[in-house]
Amino acid sequence: MDATLARDWMRAAATAIAADTDRLTRLDAAIGDGDHGVNLHRGFTAVVAALEKSPPETVSEVLVKAGTTLISRVGGASGPLYGSALRAAGKALPATAEVQPSDLVAALHAGLEAVRRLGGAAPGDKTLIDAYGPALDAFEKAVAGGAGLAEAAGAAASAAEAGAEATVPLQARKGRASYLGKRSIGHQDPGAASTSLIFQALAEVA
Amino acid sequence: MKKFINDPADVVAQALRGLAAAHPELRVDTEEQYIVRADAPRAGKVGLVLSLIRISDGGFVGPGMLDAACPGEVFTSPVPDQILAATKAVDGGAGVVHIVKNYTGDVMNFQLAAELAADEGISVETVLVDDDVAVEDSTWTAGRRGTGATLLVEKITGARAEEGGKLGEIAALGREVNAASGSFAYALTAGTTPAAGRPGFDLPADEIEAGVGIHGEPGRRREKLRPAKDLVHSALDAILDAKSFTGPVIVLVNGLGGTPLIELYLIYGEVAAYLGERGVSIARQLVGNYVTSLDMAGMSLTLCQATDEMIRLWDAPVRTPGLRWGA
Repeated sequence: MDATLARDWMRAAATAIAADTDRLTRLDAAIGDGDHGVNLHRGFTAVVAALEKSPPETVSEVLVKAGTTLISRVGGASGPLYGSALRAAGKALPATAEVQPSDLVAALHAGLEAVRRLGGAAPGDKTLIDAYGPALDAFEKAVAGGAGLAEAAGAAASAAEAGAEATVPLQARKGRASYLGKRSIGHQDPGAASTSLIFQALAEVA
Repeated sequence: MKKFINDPADVVAQALRGLAAAHPELRVDTEEQYIVRADAPRAGKVGLVLSLIRISDGGFVGPGMLDAACPGEVFTSPVPDQILAATKAVDGGAGVVHIVKNYTGDVMNFQLAAELAADEGISVETVLVDDDVAVEDSTWTAGRRGTGATLLVEKITGARAEEGGKLGEIAALGREVNAASGSFAYALTAGTTPAAGRPGFDLPADEIEAGVGIHGEPGRRREKLRPAKDLVHSALDAILDAKSFTGPVIVLVNGLGGTPLIELYLIYGEVAAYLGERGVSIARQLVGNYVTSLDMAGMSLTLCQATDEMIRLWDAPVRTPGLRWGA
């Protein structure tokens, strides 16, 4: 992956979130406060603008800039969580023009660790981690098996989607959905849904 | 959606401009999006900063209460840059207290902002408000939410800060007020955010949401609508079971934005009568729309078991757009 591909990834993520803003907002209205789609759409629109204004030279810088922009523009829980994940991932990458799939494995681990540290959520709490974790596992396994970026990203996207689907029967234990108690059961977690979109965007451009 | 707006994407900024025009005694930074007292920073005075998810609460900035407030998007916490800008604007060298309602997003953004402020040499203490007794089990949730007690924390700590209280003392007082407070809320209808354009949830005509917070989310459970007297008894029972107050208490009967005062006063009458039955004496009371949830029809009850010092500070002069007495 090089900086151009990383920028394409962020642009594809912005496009996917824009197309699904309404669905994400409906998912959030069911168990949260109904602003997830609108907030992420605003954030990723700002990310694309920031990356176009002064295009970074490395993948690392692209992800750090994207993360910083999300933290500055989104608010709520999703701003710090998605922003910190991208920043941590970017900081874990070497400052080279091109990074390898194995570098991305380490970066994705750093991103997940940032989400865990900030949000304190564990797998099964009905959060974005339930899509991110399986996606990272699938990506890592594919890379270990000698897969290239495109194949590994495809595996990650499928696993993220399945992970997001699997949040439907869970009871939320973190975030605003947790206030609903058992009533959160039967709805897909909007954060897991948008995380799945971001991994699908990577598969699309890789 | 029917609202007096121009563009759903620009409601917060336009409302802030209006607030600035209506209240020249406040300084509104429409770029960074925060509201501060015109005389901030005041040398040697501890600054108080609150997160806002609705412009209406911006009305509590002024002498005797908050030094600054930062509104996020509707129902969304502000971002760290904004909070940092407001923190710097009110730091008079004595440190700054962040009053944070216990919602995941508010907590995270204020945590990031406090780290940034520390990097710039500003001492920040955080008072987390979590008075909502509807949330019982914190191992299965993000913990009790910050709701009506926020107003009491702001008023009481604001008065002490105005008198020259020190940073650690103000923060401890805020935590004491929070620990001495409990709230419970009912919603009759869902609120509609300008961005979503439709109500957050649907409620049949004869049903209500019990145990709602203040961001338009559904409550802990759905119930049949009952007479106000029954609802008041259930809400007060929930608070008194959780907190075992005996009085004297400060009572806040708070509308969630879409409930008229006629109903709020009817509710206060029931509250006063039932607290009397339960042997809880009332020291002070406040009735009105203060900690709201946009246009949600609903109400919250807050009780604070007040010390003499808290009552003295509650009575102290306050001069803000939304709360004003003795000054």
